[in-house]
Amino acid sequence: MPAVARHLYVHLPFCASRCGYCDFVTVVGHADLHGAYVDALLGELELERRLLAPDLESIYLGGGTPTLTAPDELERLLAALPPAREVTVEANPETVTPELAALLSRNRVNRVSIGAQTFNTALLDVLDRRARPEDVRRALHHLRDAGIGNRSLDLIYGIPGQTAADLARDLDEALALEPEHISAYELEAKPGTRFTHAHGTELALQADGLESYIELVVERLTAAGYRWYETANFCRRPDRAGGRDLRARHNLGYWLGHDYLGLGVGAVSTIQNRRWRNAPSLRRYLAAHARGERPDRGLETLSAVERSTERVMLGLRLDEPLSLTGLRDVVDRAALERLAEGGLAVHREGSLTLTPRGRLLGGGVTARLLA
Amino acid sequence: MDQSHIRNFSIIAHIDHGKSTLADRILQLTDTVSAREMRDQMLDSMELERERGITIKAQAVRVHWKGHELNLIDTPGHVDFTYEVSRSLQACEGALLVVDAAQGIEAQTLANAYLAIENNLEIVPVVNKIDLPQADPDGAAAEVADLIGDDPGNVLRISAKTGQGVDAVLDAIVERIPAPAGAPDAPPRALIFDSSYDQYRGVVAFVRVVDGVFRPREHLRAMALGTRFEAQEIGFMSPAMRPVQELQAGEVGYVITGLKDVSELRVGDTLTAEKRAATTPLPGYKDVKPMVFAGLFPTDSDDYPELRDALEKLKLNDAALFYEPETSQALGFGFRCGFLGLLHMEIVRERLEREFDLDLLVTAPNVAYRVKPLNGEWVEVHTPADLPDSFDEVEEPYIKASIIVPKEFVGQVMELCNDRRGRFDHLEYLSEQRVHLTYELPLAEIVLDYYDQLKSRTRGYASFDYDLAGFRPGNLARVDILVGGEPVDALSLILHRDFAYERGKALVEKLREEIPRQMFDVAIQATVGARIIARETVKARRKDVLAKCYGGDITRKRKLLEKQKAGKKRMKQVGGVEVPQEAFLAVLNLNDVAKR
Repeated sequence: MPAVARHLYVHLPFCASRCGYCDFVTVVGHADLHGAYVDALLGELELERRLLAPDLESIYLGGGTPTLTAPDELERLLAALPPAREVTVEANPETVTPELAALLSRNRVNRVSIGAQTFNTALLDVLDRRARPEDVRRALHHLRDAGIGNRSLDLIYGIPGQTAADLARDLDEALALEPEHISAYELEAKPGTRFTHAHGTELALQADGLESYIELVVERLTAAGYRWYETANFCRRPDRAGGRDLRARHNLGYWLGHDYLGLGVGAVSTIQNRRWRNAPSLRRYLAAHARGERPDRGLETLSAVERSTERVMLGLRLDEPLSLTGLRDVVDRAALERLAEGGLAVHREGSLTLTPRGRLLGGGVTARLLA
Repeated sequence: MDQSHIRNFSIIAHIDHGKSTLADRILQLTDTVSAREMRDQMLDSMELERERGITIKAQAVRVHWKGHELNLIDTPGHVDFTYEVSRSLQACEGALLVVDAAQGIEAQTLANAYLAIENNLEIVPVVNKIDLPQADPDGAAAEVADLIGDDPGNVLRISAKTGQGVDAVLDAIVERIPAPAGAPDAPPRALIFDSSYDQYRGVVAFVRVVDGVFRPREHLRAMALGTRFEAQEIGFMSPAMRPVQELQAGEVGYVITGLKDVSELRVGDTLTAEKRAATTPLPGYKDVKPMVFAGLFPTDSDDYPELRDALEKLKLNDAALFYEPETSQALGFGFRCGFLGLLHMEIVRERLEREFDLDLLVTAPNVAYRVKPLNGEWVEVHTPADLPDSFDEVEEPYIKASIIVPKEFVGQVMELCNDRRGRFDHLEYLSEQRVHLTYELPLAEIVLDYYDQLKSRTRGYASFDYDLAGFRPGNLARVDILVGGEPVDALSLILHRDFAYERGKALVEKLREEIPRQMFDVAIQATVGARIIARETVKARRKDVLAKCYGGDITRKRKLLEKQKAGKKRMKQVGGVEVPQEAFLAVLNLNDVAKR
């Protein structure tokens, strides 16, 4: 397999506590294992290095709570990673101290994604989030002071008990902080989570009432000068950002169907027609490293149709036209015309763009579009 | 045997009043069946019949009693088979009229008793179940005697269950019922009162020889249909088949025809011998036509061939069953089936589900209509979608309904009948407590839930029977249901204009609940001709997109999408709208419709 991936994902599973709604691979406690884990990550990086292009587009440290990793270990990891144009680290607001911001900054991190979720303390409690609204404000300031000029805020809406007015206030609060980037997700009741167990019925009941929430999010943020460049992602428009394109390069890689290498427990990689997921067990991950072997993995081989399907599925999340070159076999022409007539899609010069309403209905649109 | 020693009789009784038990007891008492062989309700050979406590197909059994040959001709016990009952009765000189001592006369008993009287049968009244603690033998006897104009003292009182009084019934048959009086030397004529299909021997006709003699190997002809065949075997049932060398005037028996199709031999037709053919058939033959139609669709479209085979097999034994392939955009491939009436439909459906293990959707039934298109000839329409948009005249079948009910429920029954476009005909007190009402009603008004309504409004006390009373002009219209501007064939209905709005509205409301929201607004309309009489809108979804999708989620999201895609394939496309099969089922399924 040639060295092709220009995007690198690194998973840091450690958390102070587990949030009820989270279904990522996380580990609570085990502070003593941070060093061993970083060793294992770097070991895996060595084993897979030939899959990485020499000039990386992006590196993304996700979690878990990467910023909860012991500072020395975090620094050791960051220093050992290859250079990349965009290096993002996910952070919980309460972990962002001036020291941490400086650590990130001196290790070439130029983008930080802060899990704010909401500015309403009662709703933060529903989500089991420890941070308080002030923590978010403080974190953003520390990052700016440290020279990290691309800060993203994560917001969650559709929290049980959250009214449309609550959401509007959250959006106002977020905008007041002038982040470069905002991700806004509807809360998903993921199967098997503690949260779904406690709130699943409530979430199902409120589903219809939530239809207007995404409209509210899009309306407010675009009105404030943000570009709705992906279903759930917004960035300041270049004219309001000194001409910079603030879209998340790493995530754009996923949406554009680029190859990516994932390191760490539970991490997923896709290189050409092979996709693998490392086993989600920290113990097994460390043990494999100790044996000098690759971690246990589930391997999936992607057919041409599956790859094309994913291209359509992911590409239609973006505000840019999706080129249909090479995708004609999977796209149902009649459905395409119907969607165009219905004002959900624009089909022009061999490419396809969804209208704003089409993007809100992206799931159904994609299902119909695929032959 | 000499005709003077032959007695041919039927038993007339309401369901559960003990007809089959009495027949069993007669078989035992005459040593026709030993106690060891005895199986309860010997005559009802089909499993279904035993379970439902009704007899679907008539059969005949010969017994001997004190030097006489008695032929018990069993009659089907339901309204849908009135014609078959009348043919069975025509094969007899007398009938036992059996009434439950606790229940008294029921509408069905009444209808069949009138049939017997019309056929000039000698009626032997019997009150059964006198052993029951709640029995009122005197009251029941008075009712029966009053009905047939006899002395209550002549009413026999028995318990078929214990056998008490059954020998007196046999004596009464011999004493009171006249012997047959056909011409033994005339050209042979035999009345076909039933037929069935045997896998190995073909169609078996059950006959009553009226004149002359029939022998095996003779060439026979059915006079109305003209069907010719050679009698492969003749005989009688006792209760097994016993071949004989001749069946004489007055006798009852069977003829094995070797024919492969029951429809070649119709109940009511007359058999004669080619060699010495009669010139005049026996009176009363009618070509019975199905009056109630419904679509039968396999729930799983892969079962279509099985359904077709099953209908073919049922048809072998049921000349009245009609079916033809039907394709519905909503329900796929199935059959349009015609039935004599509701019970006939229910029996066919149950047999298909039980004996052939099929999962069926039965659409709400409709009746046959006669329509005269503009400048055209009268035609019969069996499915609402076939009614032309404009026509000169349309006619619908009417029935004469006979209802017996305790007097305190008369008001409720009259209200129900009036709601259903009924025309009051007659009211009469059978006793101080019980009233007999007759109404004329459009058959269409009873095919859905009339019977259930009648039962619920009278707390189960009403009994009901009906007779077809011919076609009458009706102020009828076809209501179409449009989804996304396109008519859904299976949902069209023919209705009295006064009910069109109400039913059309109910249907579109139900559909609105059942059709999931789509990416566009979906109009659901009910129309009569070009006029829209009701409309509902399924509002478009505003949001249908997964919140987030990153590198670790892609496979899972793709699989979700593939599942969603597969789900779409199972939807029916109507006017660009994806409609789940369940939505059609909800508005079409007979059970659900009747519940509403």
